[in-house]
Amino acid sequence: MATWTWFHRLASPPHVYRISGAFLPWLALFTALFIGYGFYGGLVLAPPDYQQKDAFRIIYVHAPSAWLSMLAYVTVAVAAAVGLIWRMKVAHAVAASAAPIGASFTFLALLTGSLWGKPMWGTWWTWDARLTSELILLFLYLGYLALRGAFDDRARADQASAVLAIVGVVNIPIIHFSVVWWNSLHQGSTVMKLARPSMPGSMLWPLLSSLLGFTLLFAALLCVRLRAEIIDRERTASWLRPIVGAA
Amino acid sequence: MERSVADFLAMGGYAPYVWSSYGAWCVVMLANLAGALGALKAAKARARRRFESAASDDGGERS
Repeated sequence: MATWTWFHRLASPPHVYRISGAFLPWLALFTALFIGYGFYGGLVLAPPDYQQKDAFRIIYVHAPSAWLSMLAYVTVAVAAAVGLIWRMKVAHAVAASAAPIGASFTFLALLTGSLWGKPMWGTWWTWDARLTSELILLFLYLGYLALRGAFDDRARADQASAVLAIVGVVNIPIIHFSVVWWNSLHQGSTVMKLARPSMPGSMLWPLLSSLLGFTLLFAALLCVRLRAEIIDRERTASWLRPIVGAA
Repeated sequence: MERSVADFLAMGGYAPYVWSSYGAWCVVMLANLAGALGALKAAKARARRRFESAASDDGGERS
């Protein structure tokens, strides 16, 4: 019973507007702390890698960006599915808000990967499974955003883009397992595997901190964009009056 | 293991790659922040205009 109350309250735009605002300062604070320690630990405290020397320090910005590129996409797809199945407007608003942020992390994952690939592999780009599937993810995001932009009617944009987002989610396991399924220049998993992580603590803790910090940063940006989406969708609902400063 | 500032900045010869990665992150995240805050500000302004035009329409009907 309590679960359903909670679920129903999440469908209420004023409630979601309020809680997303209440979370924001805490998200901002912990984002700064975790990314701060992650980058300091990664750039200063961690010793150089025995093979890659100081170039490995790109991992503290590359791996969390790649993680967020996938987490944000799953967020879009799950929210879009909830929106389609339960006809929940707030869920569609979450999907629409998460997509541009996810696209920016995907772009960063590709860019920092390229900057890491050049000194380590001797090339900026190669058409291997991991890199290609991540590039497809960027195109999925851009397709999703373009499709939304093509509709004047918001409800139709929600439905059409939701179908695209849900179909595209098949790409996520392909990205994750690409380094296992195909021969790849890209190194295997460091953290996300069943065996113990293949890194000493001095390298690993900053990476985990950075992963958590990026996740919180995504949540914070999502809260701000979600508030904007909710205002646009609520049109002239009276609860908006004091919030937007209308007389 | 204490490194000088110059050594730190040199990143063992990988400075261009390491620092452009972190620089790109800063630029993209600032753009993200500006984009999100800008979207919120614009949405509020649009809603305020909707309320104001609705109010003036009501006034027109009454007179």
